[in-house]
Amino acid sequence: MTVAEAIKIPGKRSFARGIHPSDKKSLCADATIEVLPTPKSVLIPLSQHIGAPCAATVKPKAEITIGDVVGDSEAFVSAPVHASVAGTTAAATVTTLPNGQHVGAIPITATETQPLAGQGLWDDTYGGDWPADSIDSFDPKQIAQAVRTGGIVGMGGATFPTHVKFARNPDKPIDTLIINGCECEPYLTSDHRLMLEAPEPIIAGALLSARAAGAERVIVAIEDNKPDAIEKMQSAASGTGVDVIGVHTLYPMGGEKQLIVAVMAREVPTGGLPLDVGVVVVNVATAAAVARAVLRGKPLTHRIISVTGEGIATPKNILAPVGTSYADIIEHCGGLTESACRVISGGPMMGFALGDLDVPVTKGTSGVVVLTDEQTHKAAETACVRCGRCVSACPLGLVPTRIALAARNMDWEMARRYYITACCECGCCAYVCPAEIPLVQLIRAGKAGLPKD
Amino acid sequence: MLSVAPGPHISAARSMRRVMIDVLIALTPAAAMGIYVFGWRAGMQMGVCVVSCMFFEALFQKLRKRPQTIGDLSAAVTGIILGLSIPWTAPWYVGFIGSAAAILIAKMLFGGLGSNIFNPAMAGRAFVQACFASEMTTYLLPDKSGPLRAVEAITQATPLAAGKFEHVAYSLQDLAFGWVNGSVGETGAIACAVGGLYLILRKSASWRIPLGMLIAAAVVAGINQALTDTVMTVGHHLLAGGLVFGAFFIATDPATSPISRRGRWIFGIGTGVLVMLIRLFANVPEGVMYAVLVMNMTVPLIDRWTVPKPVGGRVKK
Repeated sequence: MTVAEAIKIPGKRSFARGIHPSDKKSLCADATIEVLPTPKSVLIPLSQHIGAPCAATVKPKAEITIGDVVGDSEAFVSAPVHASVAGTTAAATVTTLPNGQHVGAIPITATETQPLAGQGLWDDTYGGDWPADSIDSFDPKQIAQAVRTGGIVGMGGATFPTHVKFARNPDKPIDTLIINGCECEPYLTSDHRLMLEAPEPIIAGALLSARAAGAERVIVAIEDNKPDAIEKMQSAASGTGVDVIGVHTLYPMGGEKQLIVAVMAREVPTGGLPLDVGVVVVNVATAAAVARAVLRGKPLTHRIISVTGEGIATPKNILAPVGTSYADIIEHCGGLTESACRVISGGPMMGFALGDLDVPVTKGTSGVVVLTDEQTHKAAETACVRCGRCVSACPLGLVPTRIALAARNMDWEMARRYYITACCECGCCAYVCPAEIPLVQLIRAGKAGLPKD
Repeated sequence: MLSVAPGPHISAARSMRRVMIDVLIALTPAAAMGIYVFGWRAGMQMGVCVVSCMFFEALFQKLRKRPQTIGDLSAAVTGIILGLSIPWTAPWYVGFIGSAAAILIAKMLFGGLGSNIFNPAMAGRAFVQACFASEMTTYLLPDKSGPLRAVEAITQATPLAAGKFEHVAYSLQDLAFGWVNGSVGETGAIACAVGGLYLILRKSASWRIPLGMLIAAAVVAGINQALTDTVMTVGHHLLAGGLVFGAFFIATDPATSPISRRGRWIFGIGTGVLVMLIRLFANVPEGVMYAVLVMNMTVPLIDRWTVPKPVGGRVKK
């Protein structure tokens, strides 16, 4: 990227407030991605996305292979789910996702021989050639359709169906696509490793996504604590017209609203979406999945997961089939250490603690972080003294303690006055609170209890 | 057994106790200067207030069968501030009764730490000011040469009283270093400012409130200096009395000041203007205490009027 190009990107590479937690990424930033040996069985949840859940499309005892559809939905905001191993299905059951959602799920017992495993699976998923020059031959609608068929959802954790972002709205044209390689959650390194080991499919997916959404410009944004990834992506992007830029390491840089401010100096209106300011944001892993779906016709069946934290014996980055149980993944990484105390699906800021490890990972599981006893110890909650640290940390400029107080008292008028619905639940406020008030939990409960008007 | 809790699962690990320890550290220069100028009785005054404040908080929690809260050290902070804001000559029961009023009435009856409307130390001081008017206004400056004993002390007006009623101005240097008469902690402007800057650097106090308060007081004092033939210059008003002490340690009490940035500016400026209006027009020489107490009452309203605009603008309600 030349200086002239850098000047054209209007954002200051940062946003106001936010926090600087210790990133702990060195635990597995250097661990090359390993392909997880095919588990004996997987459990495919029928809802791994925001939107309408799928209905099962396979019967029990059916012989299916990798990539076969096991659930689909007619709804626009939804995404089909696919078998991630070859094997035999069993009767649909119910599982509880880490976020507490009870969803239907299809168990699949894997056969001895798999059509894709080990190096072959890696090559099929991220290896080989990713021709970036043929992209203009694709019709935007065709790309969006392939993305929908491939069951692609936001793999940064939000799991919003990606084809919905590509649906063009004539009133709100898109000019910029931001590829999100920030990975601002502490500990997690799955996106970092992907950018190092497979930058080509990310660039190809970025160009395809831009074409689908109608964006003229593509900017890959990476937090500057990953200089090796920035360099690798810049060399992969050379000649494609894609800009790769570093942004400040500041949590939650990976949040859409913060990233759009940092890169484009545009504020997404409160209650609005990035498309209101002409921007679409796609995570790097999602971009690679888009390339695979469009160029190779392969659905989203596997993903990279960072298995890390002080409570895991051997931190690793693995490529695992969707539907593998957390227990199988942890076992592959040497199991839990003696001091392990909390297993988190996702990162330590916004992830969910697991009570049961026999539940499946989904398309949105970017990491498994295991923390120790000592790390999770919290002092008892004390009263708010209105010190204002939460106000100084909130990336959205809210007053978290007042919203939490309103939610606790179910004072909905006050909750609205302090913009409860604008909160993105990033956790900065609770992170800095010296009184250990569970601000995010209170605000989340308040949003759920807020009367619809 | 896995522990399950809502996120975030990590925290900055800075407890309320740690915040209060910061305030105690920041109060050290002012306290040390008070003891240096006024002698061991000044230290006794603080000791009486700290012990009494902690005693009354423990007693209240015991009677109410609630968990003990003195471990958070907020009562100790109130005690030090109260001890620093009364004259060293006041007998022990003044501090004791002031502590009772501060903790029992102003703090615990309103719901304890964080729920109080009035700054406890100032409410306690206002109480004893009303009860013990003469003890609270007898200021003795000990003889600089010898060990500090009350019998050798010189009865002398405080700089603000001297300026207001006798039209005598003290030297700015004495005011800055604290070789003047007054309550234990309000005399050494430099010592107070050093502690205050520590608090701000540690982000344990807002910088907007003290800055707003000092600027506003300076502006009003400047207007007064320009329009009248007073002996009290802007420098005298800034350095004398409890203005610097109050700006950094009393007005910044987060529980009794606004939470938003704009609100803190308004609160600081309002307090500074009120201090000066009281000093110039009321029948008392000093106005920090009443200014803070009056502004405390406006905090809910300021909070309501200064809800910050979220990133992305306001939503239609």
